[in-house]
Amino acid sequence: MIRLYVSSVIDAAADTVWSRIRDFNALPQWHPLIADSRIENGEPSDKVGCIRHFHTRDGGAIRERLLALSDYDYACSYEILASPMGVSNYVATLKLTPVTDGNRCFAEWSAEFDCEEARERELAAEIGDGVFQGGFDALKRQFGGR
Amino acid sequence: MLQKVVRSAVIDAPIERVWAVLRDFNSHERWHDVVETSRIERGESASQVGCVRDFTLKDGNRIREQLLALDDLEHRSIYCIVQATVPLERYVATVTLKPVTDGNRTFWHWESTFATPPGQARELRRMVAEGVYEAGFANLRRHLRIGADLQVGGRRAAAMASHPRALPLPTRRAVVRHYGGPEMLMPEDGEAPAPRAGEVRIRQRAIGVNYLDIYLRRGWIPQMLPLPGVPGMEAAGTVIDLGEGVTGVLPGDRVACLHAVPGAYCSVRTVPAEAVVRLPAAIEDETAAALLLKGITADYLLHDLGHVRAGMRLLVHAASGALGLLVVRWAKHLGATVIGTVSSEEKARVARAAGCDELIVTRDYRFAETVQRLGGADVIVDGLGDAAREENFEALARRGHWISIGQVSGAMRALSPERLAAKSISFSRPAVFDYVATQAQLAERAQRVWAALADGRLALPPIERHALDNAAEAHRRLESRRTIGALILLA
Repeated sequence: MIRLYVSSVIDAAADTVWSRIRDFNALPQWHPLIADSRIENGEPSDKVGCIRHFHTRDGGAIRERLLALSDYDYACSYEILASPMGVSNYVATLKLTPVTDGNRCFAEWSAEFDCEEARERELAAEIGDGVFQGGFDALKRQFGGR
Repeated sequence: MLQKVVRSAVIDAPIERVWAVLRDFNSHERWHDVVETSRIERGESASQVGCVRDFTLKDGNRIREQLLALDDLEHRSIYCIVQATVPLERYVATVTLKPVTDGNRTFWHWESTFATPPGQARELRRMVAEGVYEAGFANLRRHLRIGADLQVGGRRAAAMASHPRALPLPTRRAVVRHYGGPEMLMPEDGEAPAPRAGEVRIRQRAIGVNYLDIYLRRGWIPQMLPLPGVPGMEAAGTVIDLGEGVTGVLPGDRVACLHAVPGAYCSVRTVPAEAVVRLPAAIEDETAAALLLKGITADYLLHDLGHVRAGMRLLVHAASGALGLLVVRWAKHLGATVIGTVSSEEKARVARAAGCDELIVTRDYRFAETVQRLGGADVIVDGLGDAAREENFEALARRGHWISIGQVSGAMRALSPERLAAKSISFSRPAVFDYVATQAQLAERAQRVWAALADGRLALPPIERHALDNAAEAHRRLESRRTIGALILLA
């Protein structure tokens, strides 16, 4: 079991950042690696259990199911149903926490998954640096942050 | 009604350092201004769950608190008031730290629930939130800033130790008094001024040597190195002290500095905090000095400028130099076909081991014919300059991109737009400092280099070490074209 944890600080209120990322179908609007996204079966994107089907910019197709969404905790969890990455039992959580000292928020993105042992390092880098930190870097560019 | 207070902050220090202070249930008299004295009752250890601390506050109040939970795994401490002269009832507080992996900082969450006598909720909430928690954030920041957590004796010892901080410190440095050959680099003693507002003073251990330093010493860019001047763009070491208003680093932090103003060839240096990044524990000073400027350069060359991807053909000159080796390996991970040029068979072996698909061994900059036979170069990373000018033109594929990052063989004559138009060629002449113009950009780009080193997209090149006093010899070696990998100076 691989565990990844990436965290950052975004220079905007948790409410503001949450309104950008809470939409399970909105990855292309804020994450630079994602090209397009749709929710299967025409369901609303904040219905727990809905499935998003999206493509990365390098063409990979990924399906993910929304497992939890909390507007109270500013958090959402999801699992991968299908992807070209070669991971199984992949569950990830994206969460914001207000920083009361300054109008900022603390952002955490974590995941647990299984994969072939030989690919652990490569996948940890691809997901941790590329997807998670890459997403935070994009939010920091949009909202400010350091 | 039960009251709830939540306050949180980001502390510019690694979680281990913040936790070392906060996990000590008896530490508050050393850093929190409201606490006059603290002692643990019955002589128990401060990490004994169940122990009771007895606070006397500056305002004369007494508070006895019991440690309910201490968790080194989750960085969490939970405690309650058992007896107090302030009317906080059923008070339970939780301190939780979390790592901010982006920048190696700490998120500190402090919350409590309690009941109050009628009519006092507002006043007591404010006392807890501002007088204890927010003041605590500020007090702990100050405690870390002056390095008090690193010193035996805490606040008082730190206050005494901080006294000489306003003075200049002796430094050893390599100075250029006249432009010219390597022998113009003369070691001498000097002073590093106390840091002013926004500045950081660093004890440097390893200093990166770059070809730019040689151009500066020769007097090719006099506006960048007025005489007398100290060359050097990058170094790594430990923070000694800080000027007013500096956030993000603390005394004792290991850092690297990449600054657009030369001056790194010295043992103690005062620089703007903007040019400084904290180093992860896994990155040693020598690694940082060898890799920071060159790794960031490799990153922007391949990603920002070259847009290198699978199937592209990349021509890398001086492929066995430090930058060449970094570019070759990273480009292979991106799926590019890499053609390298080197000046000896030994260098060819090193470049091939780094991943070069094709190698051209040439001492007189003849490579275009071979490159064209292989299909032409989509991107050229060129540090050669004028002597290779015509060959680079010939070697480029249509719509190729020529990135000129140096001129080892001499300053390049002007290129006419018509020549570029003949093959739809793009020409770039980037400088690394425009890619790290702010501290945030520097931190982000440095982090990309450390991440690439960790997962194997980059490998640490061979490092050749020289003493700072022998900087002239280091320059002689780099100019001899006989070195492989990176050169650093040790202070």
